[in-house]
Amino acid sequence: MDIFVKNRIKAIQKGDQNAYAEIVELYKDKVYRLCYRMLGNRHEAEDAAQEAFIRAYVNINTYNPTMNFSSWLYRIATNLSIDKLRKKKPDIYLDEEVSGTEGLTMYSQLPSKEASPEDAVESLELQETVQKAIEKLPEKYRSVIVLKYINDLSLQEISEILDLPIGTVKTRIHRGREALRKHLGHL
Amino acid sequence: MRCPDQIIKWMHDYLDGDITPDDEKKLREHLQHCPECSHHFNSLKKTIALVQHTAPFAPSANFTANVMAKLPKEKKRIRFGRWLQNHPFITAASLFVALTIASLLTTWNKEQQFSVSTRENVIIRDHTVIVPKGKTVDGDIVVRNGTIKIEGRVNGNVTVIHGEKYLASAGHVTGKVEEINEVFDWIWYNVKSVVKDVFE
Repeated sequence: MDIFVKNRIKAIQKGDQNAYAEIVELYKDKVYRLCYRMLGNRHEAEDAAQEAFIRAYVNINTYNPTMNFSSWLYRIATNLSIDKLRKKKPDIYLDEEVSGTEGLTMYSQLPSKEASPEDAVESLELQETVQKAIEKLPEKYRSVIVLKYINDLSLQEISEILDLPIGTVKTRIHRGREALRKHLGHL
Repeated sequence: MRCPDQIIKWMHDYLDGDITPDDEKKLREHLQHCPECSHHFNSLKKTIALVQHTAPFAPSANFTANVMAKLPKEKKRIRFGRWLQNHPFITAASLFVALTIASLLTTWNKEQQFSVSTRENVIIRDHTVIVPKGKTVDGDIVVRNGTIKIEGRVNGNVTVIHGEKYLASAGHVTGKVEEINEVFDWIWYNVKSVVKDVFE
């Protein structure tokens, strides 16, 4: 870990709040992206990412410097996102077929998005498709896939973050990839 | 064609970047002959590319400020410490003053012994210094932990620390007469003498 982060953390552990602002600045994008992919919407991602940073600050004295600070931070953000997912389990899934119709899902009942340039719509649609595919993953596969492909972490780091043996991480990534392939492989 | 069971596993090992060279060779050979597995492999790679391709999305502009506003208040001690760090001169000066006062206090309490700065033309009896009638002391007299009786003449200042002074009606002191019995007087006396030394 680079010296800058190490020094900042020492200052924070002594209670210097100003030093924490620099840490937040450094990691906010990655933590936000992680939360966004886990939770699937901007508002919740923003809340979760903020809460993750606040929790990290409050518990800074339990941080063990042998671990990467980023790994520790991602662990907090991942666990927080999983907690939030469990709490918000919806009663109905939008892509469930509406009974009595054929191939009509709840999505087609939603008002369409406001008009924007065509290519933007296309990329936005692709984004949404990818996000939906990720959201369909069970949370244990979702967290490894997000850490691996959104946060670009190694299997070793993921095993550290989730506190799982590396073999389990591998199995989950394999299954997660297969599950995603079913939704995205035909595009 | 019946595909070996481990083909799919090899694909994932390959994607994780930890396939053995031997397995990789077997995987490549198989993929060349099996369109079904080849399709599976390509769709896996495409899936990864799609997941990795993310629009540049970022948190709100005031994200950091929002986090900082929600943190619990930092301890006063820390804020004071940072203030000291930013004002090194004041820190050094106050440290100096504190140490000086502390050392003066210890000397104040320690020095219980009787002493007098001059022995010329004076009589010393127990803890009493007497300037007898008709005698003249030239220069300052400092008496610690004792009493001074002046019946004669002193050409200078008289200072009594931790003691008393008696000036007889016939006695005469040309300079100042001072009695120091309080800690603050003691400190003030020391500060004055230091300042005098510095400027002389």
